[in-house]
Amino acid sequence: MPKIDTSEIILKGIGASPGICIGKAYLVGQEGVNVIKRYPIATKDLADEVQRFKTAVQKSKEELREITANSPEDIRSHLNIFESHELLLKDKMLYGRTIETIERDQVNAEWALRKVVSRLRRMFKSMANSYLKDRASDIVQVSDRIMRNLVGKESVNIAEIDKRVILVAHDLSPAETSQIQLERIKGFVTDRGGRTSHTSIIARTLQIPAALGLVNATSAIQNDDILIVDGATGVVILHPEDHTIIQYEERRARFERYRANITRKSHIAAQTTDGLSLNVMGNIELPEEVVAVMDHGGDGIGLFRTEFQYMGRAGFPTEAQLFDKYRDVVEVIAPKPVTIRTLDINGDKPTAQTAECNEANPALGLRAIRYCLRNTEMFHTQLRAILRASAYGPVRVIFPMISGISELRAAKKVLAQTRQSLDHDGLAYDADVKIGIMIEVPSAGIMAAQLAREVDFFSIGTNDLIQYTLAIDRGNRLVADLYQPLHPAIIRLIKQVIDAGKACGIPTYMCGEMAADPVHIPVLLGLGIAELSMNPMSIPVVKDTIRRLDCDATHGLIDEIFKLDTAEQIEALIHRRYCDMLPKDAMCVLD
Amino acid sequence: MNSHRTWLKTTVTIPNALGLHARPAAQIAKTVQDAGVNARLVTDHETVDASSIIDILTLGCIKGSQVTLEVEKSGARAEQALRHLIYLFENGFGEPS
Repeated sequence: MPKIDTSEIILKGIGASPGICIGKAYLVGQEGVNVIKRYPIATKDLADEVQRFKTAVQKSKEELREITANSPEDIRSHLNIFESHELLLKDKMLYGRTIETIERDQVNAEWALRKVVSRLRRMFKSMANSYLKDRASDIVQVSDRIMRNLVGKESVNIAEIDKRVILVAHDLSPAETSQIQLERIKGFVTDRGGRTSHTSIIARTLQIPAALGLVNATSAIQNDDILIVDGATGVVILHPEDHTIIQYEERRARFERYRANITRKSHIAAQTTDGLSLNVMGNIELPEEVVAVMDHGGDGIGLFRTEFQYMGRAGFPTEAQLFDKYRDVVEVIAPKPVTIRTLDINGDKPTAQTAECNEANPALGLRAIRYCLRNTEMFHTQLRAILRASAYGPVRVIFPMISGISELRAAKKVLAQTRQSLDHDGLAYDADVKIGIMIEVPSAGIMAAQLAREVDFFSIGTNDLIQYTLAIDRGNRLVADLYQPLHPAIIRLIKQVIDAGKACGIPTYMCGEMAADPVHIPVLLGLGIAELSMNPMSIPVVKDTIRRLDCDATHGLIDEIFKLDTAEQIEALIHRRYCDMLPKDAMCVLD
Repeated sequence: MNSHRTWLKTTVTIPNALGLHARPAAQIAKTVQDAGVNARLVTDHETVDASSIIDILTLGCIKGSQVTLEVEKSGARAEQALRHLIYLFENGFGEPS
């Protein structure tokens, strides 16, 4: 191996998803093949679009012929792999389906191809035989070749792109994250973002190590540089020395053992030492993630974010498309409940439909329930799909960003109309579907006593509640350290919400990332939270923590917390009191 | 369905160690495409189009599993295609067993 003329560089960011990976850097946006845009094609242009696809296939075929012709005679003896690829190019499941998709969905060829291939890949992934399962890679290679010819990029070596890489980007929007071929990603490194950013949530769900907020990662790191990412501490090591690699390889192995160990116990109920059982649920974004929740011992879905199906597409999804996905999730996890949050778009998740409005302050703008109440047709469609899914298993509906009672009443009115329309159409749904609201706007927390009379449950969305209460942009690294879940104001607000709920006999759940950190669990138990929901990967650790705690004793903790003035004091108190019970270093592998 | 169509059938066993992966699937699909016949592979669970590699791969056939080759009757071509297919299986697709 040639000696590389670079020395080890340590970059420090925010640890956003624990785990260690070692691999080659892949800078997003440089080669452009990984992020595929979707755009609509007018009916009159469809024939041209299909032709564009056919041309790319033809070009791919010629490339393969050339490779075959240049191969030595002896490997050409039988049908070699490139000839298989040549046949695959015109296979009706790939070629025919892509053309059908272009015509039916009226979309660009790149998007259609990607859609067809990802469906095929899922199909192969579910196969039992691991050798045949891997055969999906042939299809991926062939489709990559077509894709490169479609986008017109210079040909990248297939062997290179087929290796799993560490993605390095300035920032990843939810729309971009949704388009990454995640099975190719070993780890994430970004310039922007923090622990509660979208990328971090996705990374934790999929158990991919992530170090975010490195500021200058994209300028310091070059394509193909060797990197070590420690997603627990946020450290990224560029051009690591051999001994560093060995050291981190050992840590990685230790971490995998720890994770495996804790996961083994994850299917046992989370019961405190004095016998209180708590449901520990999973948050999901993609319907496919329901599997991760089940694998990690989740007691249901505490938050199903529904935005993804609305992103990166030309119109709103139809009732049938939504219903299909919702039913999938409900059926798979039944009889455990699924909490479906109605659309929370705009804010940091813009869709094609909302892109035209440029708001100076989208987090405080027309988003979530506000947006839905202005677009009742679309809202009605989603509610119909959700209610219809309730015929297949227990469903809870939750409205996001409720700031006061009028919004809640307006939303419930649309829901009542939805029930009527389903009755009218003779479509089945569960008449006892529970209705709840997210408590994430401070005014809703303040008005909890009034709101509690009109809903079946509360769910505290801590990410937004903390951000709005403390006026901290969670994605801004200059102030990210001031984002404090244990701030006395936050604890008081949460207590007020739970108490208001109890007075009306309704439970309060929590579905923000605050619920995923073992340090917070004694506090939440003491406050009387009825259920926790988090990224699926955190479920085993949280369950493990609950099993070590005595619920009765946590009430005393709350009394003491209320005598303290700062988040730092509160955190120190918890660490003092529970040093034996909290898992060592949580999911971090530190020496 | 298709009661008016008749098929030549033979049941074979997957002989090679790696099962029906891309290369054998490509050989089968190419044979069927070259012969210009309608052919399918049938297992206990599924029936797939033998002219599509991807379709064949979805069967996930491992060594030792049984599959029925069916070629729609259309004169001598069909019989020849079936013979050719059987030949591929009997020779283990030129791979180790």
